[in-house]
Amino acid sequence: MKLDRKIVEIGRIIPRIDAFNKVRGLEKYASDYHSKDMIWVGVKRAGIPHARLKKIKIDKAKHLKGVIDVLTHKDVKGTNRQGVVRKDQPVLVDDKIRYAGDAVALVLAKDKKVLMHALSLIAIDYEPLPLIFDAEKAINDKKNLVHEDNPDGNVLLHGKIETGKGNKAFSECDLVVEASFEVPYQEHAYLETEAGWAILDSDGMLTITVSTQTPFRDRSEVAEALGLDIKKVRIIAPYCGGAFGGKDGITVQTLLGLAALTVPGKPVKIWLNREESFISSVKRHQARLYYKLGAKKDGKLHALDVRFFYDTGPYDHLGGVVMALGLEHSGGPYHIPNTNLKGWVVYTNNPIGGAFRAFGVPQVTFAMEQMVDMVAKRLNLSPLEIRLRNVIKKGDKIPIGTTMLSSTGITDCLNILKQHPLWKERERWKRDAPIFKKRGVGIASIMHAMGYGPVVPDYANAKIELTEDGKFRIFCGVVDMGQGNINSYMQIAANILNQDIDNIELILPDTEKTLSSGSSSASRTTYTFGNALIDASKTLKEYILNRVADLIMAKSIDEFTMVPGKIIHLPTGKSFLLKEITKFLNDSERIVTKHYRAPVSKELVSIDERLRLHGIPHLIFSFVSHLAYVEIDELTGEVEVKKYLSITDSGKIINPQILEQQIHGAIAQGLGYAIYEDFVVEDGKAKTLDFSTYIIPTAMDLPDIESINVELHESSGPFGMKGAGEINTNGPLPAVANGVADALDIRIFRSPLTGERILMALKEKKEMSN
Amino acid sequence: MKIRFILNGETKVIDVEADRRVIDVIREDLGLTGTKEACGRGECGSCTILVDGSPKLSCLMLAAQLEGREIITIEGIKKDSDMHPIQEAFIKHGAVQCGFCTPGMVLVSFDLLKRNKKPSRDEIREAISGNLCRCTGYQKIVDAIEAAAKREL
Ligand code: FES
Ligand code: FES
Repeated sequence: MKLDRKIVEIGRIIPRIDAFNKVRGLEKYASDYHSKDMIWVGVKRAGIPHARLKKIKIDKAKHLKGVIDVLTHKDVKGTNRQGVVRKDQPVLVDDKIRYAGDAVALVLAKDKKVLMHALSLIAIDYEPLPLIFDAEKAINDKKNLVHEDNPDGNVLLHGKIETGKGNKAFSECDLVVEASFEVPYQEHAYLETEAGWAILDSDGMLTITVSTQTPFRDRSEVAEALGLDIKKVRIIAPYCGGAFGGKDGITVQTLLGLAALTVPGKPVKIWLNREESFISSVKRHQARLYYKLGAKKDGKLHALDVRFFYDTGPYDHLGGVVMALGLEHSGGPYHIPNTNLKGWVVYTNNPIGGAFRAFGVPQVTFAMEQMVDMVAKRLNLSPLEIRLRNVIKKGDKIPIGTTMLSSTGITDCLNILKQHPLWKERERWKRDAPIFKKRGVGIASIMHAMGYGPVVPDYANAKIELTEDGKFRIFCGVVDMGQGNINSYMQIAANILNQDIDNIELILPDTEKTLSSGSSSASRTTYTFGNALIDASKTLKEYILNRVADLIMAKSIDEFTMVPGKIIHLPTGKSFLLKEITKFLNDSERIVTKHYRAPVSKELVSIDERLRLHGIPHLIFSFVSHLAYVEIDELTGEVEVKKYLSITDSGKIINPQILEQQIHGAIAQGLGYAIYEDFVVEDGKAKTLDFSTYIIPTAMDLPDIESINVELHESSGPFGMKGAGEINTNGPLPAVANGVADALDIRIFRSPLTGERILMALKEKKEMSN
Repeated sequence: MKIRFILNGETKVIDVEADRRVIDVIREDLGLTGTKEACGRGECGSCTILVDGSPKLSCLMLAAQLEGREIITIEGIKKDSDMHPIQEAFIKHGAVQCGFCTPGMVLVSFDLLKRNKKPSRDEIREAISGNLCRCTGYQKIVDAIEAAAKREL
């Protein structure tokens, strides 16, 4: 195949290196590991949402032919606790069952059939406890607690921020709008369900190959929970078959480790089926939000009051951090001088709320972007005009009171939208609606932060070597869960070292070979590791050139240039092959490691220490404006998105194709969240257990997306880029909701915007007007 | 039971339980892990294989149904060079992200282009609508199939 693999400039499309194997079915994912002597491992889930554990009856299962062992909490030698911030989740339940997906026992069996049978033979004796299922109510419940040892009862974290005159400023407003909103859970639905493979070797090394976003953090968690020396745990992270935040932290790692410890020398495998994945995995938090927004006659937003409740289910996972990011973005990309923002993230017995692409921001954006439209309507302003009058500019204060200091392209995004034919021709398009259809156009403007915030170090360690055969090898500690960051790293190194991409190799994350570089999350992977890699590649290049300059007694390294496979001495035209030069370098010249830590906000105003620890405030933000053409069937209420436009400011572009992949994918997930995806939980039990009840968009459900980029240079970013992985997830729900309101003159306050819900709202409207 | 079939051009005779799922035969017994499983219930298309030339879901087939059939998996789709033009188009047009849906997508595209040499974008969307992808939003997959149809590689 003839693809351009020659020296690539930054900003050019270079086909993804990983695609070559993936497209042929040759890439080996964690779920692909298999051997004849392996042992299948399965998990007995609680099946009930809240109870005190009395006894686990495992005898029958244990004696079944083909069962190797059945393990419970008694077999866990370490803390039996895992979690990113608060370590509150047991590997195997020991005292209480806190949700239906809790792992109670582990079965090791010779094949899947025996495994299934054995799992069905395990019985749990328990004493039921009252169900805690409403996050808002649970905050004041002092009697029924999910975690008796949590100092704040059922509240995992509460954050509040007040700026300006706070709520007092509502009296200065000419207009105040109030509304409340609800959003359900969203399931990640990565196609590769949680999977891994582990083995304990004769030296006592436990190696776990797993579909994860966080190999280095996993290593610590496994060691601590199972009582192992961290040096005796190794995590290998192949390409994930999707993750989107759902593999940010432990899924099956500790269970795999526990199983492997009981059968030394034998490989063990866990691969959850879809139903078990849906029951046990983390989701985007379901939430209830109360908004009040005040404006002046001139369309300037003046005061904002927000209260919201995120349901984090039984365990912290990353719930506190998710809520904090929601709080930070609860006022959108607007300059609002007076705010009173309060968020709670609350323990319940529902499924676990955790990290999911865009991390707490889609929920508040659904509310805020509709609020802005409601204010615009009352003031007789167009949705675009009100946004143009209020969006932040560099140097403005954002709603939490900190200063926007990164490149700030939201005005550019909106101005491009204003000139775009889809905006200009919207009225005509709406008029052309076919019979029994109503059409509307909705927009949204969004900002989204990058990185970990002010306290948790957002760092990466890049290592690169000149190999013995004269190629370059990157040691990468950040996972590629499908977003293509690996390819960008290779492109960056190739560019700096002036090599064809085929001269660059890359070692995927492996705690024994690569260096700790944080999680694959928070729109930070290319930014943080990219910056470290630029430094490492430049330094290595300098070492190599210095060595050659010394060898041939040249005046300075400026007389040389590096080209694919060799170095040329310009004054004489002599060239030196890299595979020869490499022999003259010792390891400390041949191998370079560089550390990079992302800059953080230095502002201390209005943010308390706990919130800072959970990530507020951020320093660098990306921006988008979105536009949706929606068509509603008046008979079924069903919404169809006919056209979709996204205008993104995520800084300069390294590879336009990879950026566009991120934009498309995020919008697709956002449109699923807007229209179809409704993860139903009743009495703590998940009801949508497969793809026939939990509907994610198919190729027939999505429009072609047009995407435009505002390429502002972010001075701190590698080649001027900043994060792009998450931001576009936020726009579709509010843009579609605003489009529906435009078409039907009704507001939908609960997502997703299903046909049924819209028909109901239409009916209510009719009844009201009668 | 003994089952004889052709897999990617090679005759295979295997001894398996008649009710073993074909996806397990392919992935576990024969070691071809390019065929993916993402639902196990016929809802996602990841496990697509070609049976006598037509796409079938291998998670819903039992080993006995392989008898006498000709099976092509993603590993066997290439002709003489090491990649089929559809696979090249997927790479070039950015149709692959996590890649877990890709084998199934490539096989249904192969089937589509055999039946319909010049599919419209809507026809392509319809043809791949039984195959879920959580990463791409499908647009670049449609681009790739369109390009492969036009041999615009
Ligand atoms: S795994 Fe066969 S259709 Fe999903
Ligand atoms: S590329 Fe990930 S599911 Fe399609």
